[in-house]
Amino acid sequence: MKVQLVRLAHARSGDKGDTANVGLIALREEFYPILAREVTQARVKQHFKGICHGDVERFELPNLGALNFLLHHSLGGGGTLSLMTDAQGKTFSTALLRMYIDIPDDEARGLGLS
Amino acid sequence: MKEKVRVAAGQGFWGDLPDAPVRQVEGGPIDYLMLDYLAEVTMSIMQKQKARDPNAGYAKDFVPLMRQLMPALIERDIRVTANAGGVNVKGCATAVLEQARELGFAGKLSVGIVTGDDILARLDELLDRNIELRNMDTGEPLATVRDRIQSANAYLGAAPIVEALNKNVQIVITGRATDTGLTLAPLMHEFGWGFNDWDKLAAGTIAGHIIECGAQASGGNCQYDWQNIPDLANVGFPIVEAAPDSSFVVTKHQKTGGCVSVPSIKEQLVYEMGDPHEYITPDCVADFTTIRLEDAGKDRVRVFGIKGRPATEFLKVSISYSAGYKAVGTLVYSWPDAYAKAQAADRILRSRLDRLGLKFDQILTEFVGVNATHGSLAGDPTEPAEVQLRVGVRGPNKAMIERFTKEIAPLILTGPPAVTGFAGGRPKVEEIVAYWPALIPKQEITPIVEVLEA
Repeated sequence: MKVQLVRLAHARSGDKGDTANVGLIALREEFYPILAREVTQARVKQHFKGICHGDVERFELPNLGALNFLLHHSLGGGGTLSLMTDAQGKTFSTALLRMYIDIPDDEARGLGLS
Repeated sequence: MKEKVRVAAGQGFWGDLPDAPVRQVEGGPIDYLMLDYLAEVTMSIMQKQKARDPNAGYAKDFVPLMRQLMPALIERDIRVTANAGGVNVKGCATAVLEQARELGFAGKLSVGIVTGDDILARLDELLDRNIELRNMDTGEPLATVRDRIQSANAYLGAAPIVEALNKNVQIVITGRATDTGLTLAPLMHEFGWGFNDWDKLAAGTIAGHIIECGAQASGGNCQYDWQNIPDLANVGFPIVEAAPDSSFVVTKHQKTGGCVSVPSIKEQLVYEMGDPHEYITPDCVADFTTIRLEDAGKDRVRVFGIKGRPATEFLKVSISYSAGYKAVGTLVYSWPDAYAKAQAADRILRSRLDRLGLKFDQILTEFVGVNATHGSLAGDPTEPAEVQLRVGVRGPNKAMIERFTKEIAPLILTGPPAVTGFAGGRPKVEEIVAYWPALIPKQEITPIVEVLEA
């Protein structure tokens, strides 16, 4: 079944120059392996098509049940140069939570998601 | 040695809740008050202020704040670490000491100051010796913007703050010091941690990272169960209770709002994170993948297990330079067809800007209520009650940016109907001061610590 990340994770995002970072944190410990499996670098790059104009990097923090993504060239030049409302990338967190991922029905049922 | 040291965060940025530091001091026991004032471009603002008035160039609000808190600081021996000194650390300290004398604390209060971070006057000499100060993000050499530079400061770490605390000062004022160093230094001073106790330094650094954004660790801007976070009107700022073994508890004063929970701490830990294996500061390289968190009771989270590695041979340098001008204009269109009206207005505006021959490095249109935060991910709006048209331009030519600002209000009488939201008048033209991050070999920077007495 398709599940939107907002049901599996919370997040916080910020900026470093023209790069936005999104920390994606599993709402429950048992969701982390699903995030680690499904929310790949390629999927995130595809999700932010037209918004992220550079590479996407992904880092794993199993100790926090979290993934950290760096979205390069995403903030219109970044800092004071950017003309964007969200020049600091603060809402990239919830933009990522819009993503849908596929979870096998059995697994979803086991986690109480269906 | 103390068994426990409490470091309380009082400001997450210059302009944070003004009474937060007061509430940290008055709301319960603390040993240190940590105040972070300097964002990336703050130094350039202060440099401009100092150019106009040689006595200015620091966080002005810090002085009346210290006056207000001084009796409590002295009576309860609470010490302050603050990077309030900006580009005029001595001026800031002098103003604080004046307040101390006025209050009758002559001979009872000493201030430690940390300087040596300001390299603006040394730039040509450094460039001459092939220290290129290339932009860490773009790789460009500093020579590209040399004639437009407004400030240049190396980020100092905890070491000089420790040195000042060792001299028994009540208040340490720095210029460009890392926000994490302001928290780490008191722990090194109290517990006698060595300059190569990498795990402990990493733990103190991460403690600093957790509280440096103020209430963003204690329920503010927290997505997890946000609707049930109590009483943000009365939010308590975070406090680190550290132990000599470098484990620590993050908490807040009792009878304050907000929450300190494992999820609230996780959110702050990932904030502005790069590669979690190497969080690089002047003091150490901290590994965020080693952090262990544990619920330790109501509004208490225990943090332990942190590993660190030796510091690098470089310091980060923050350079600001003048990068042209920008302006942003907005108008609000109402139902029906609010989005279509805003889009039509944007087309009309752009056509007029073209006809005027105005050239910009960038022009950006956003439709607030439709796509300003999530872009195309937000999908198509269905009949919003209103949409704000928001158009920004940026470029090197101030006259062209100014001309742009005159084209917004006329859209009200010469464009699509049912438009409002122009009460602010013409948009303001802003000078852009941009940020240039670079690295400098550590041996080029010598921090200076002095003690001044009231």
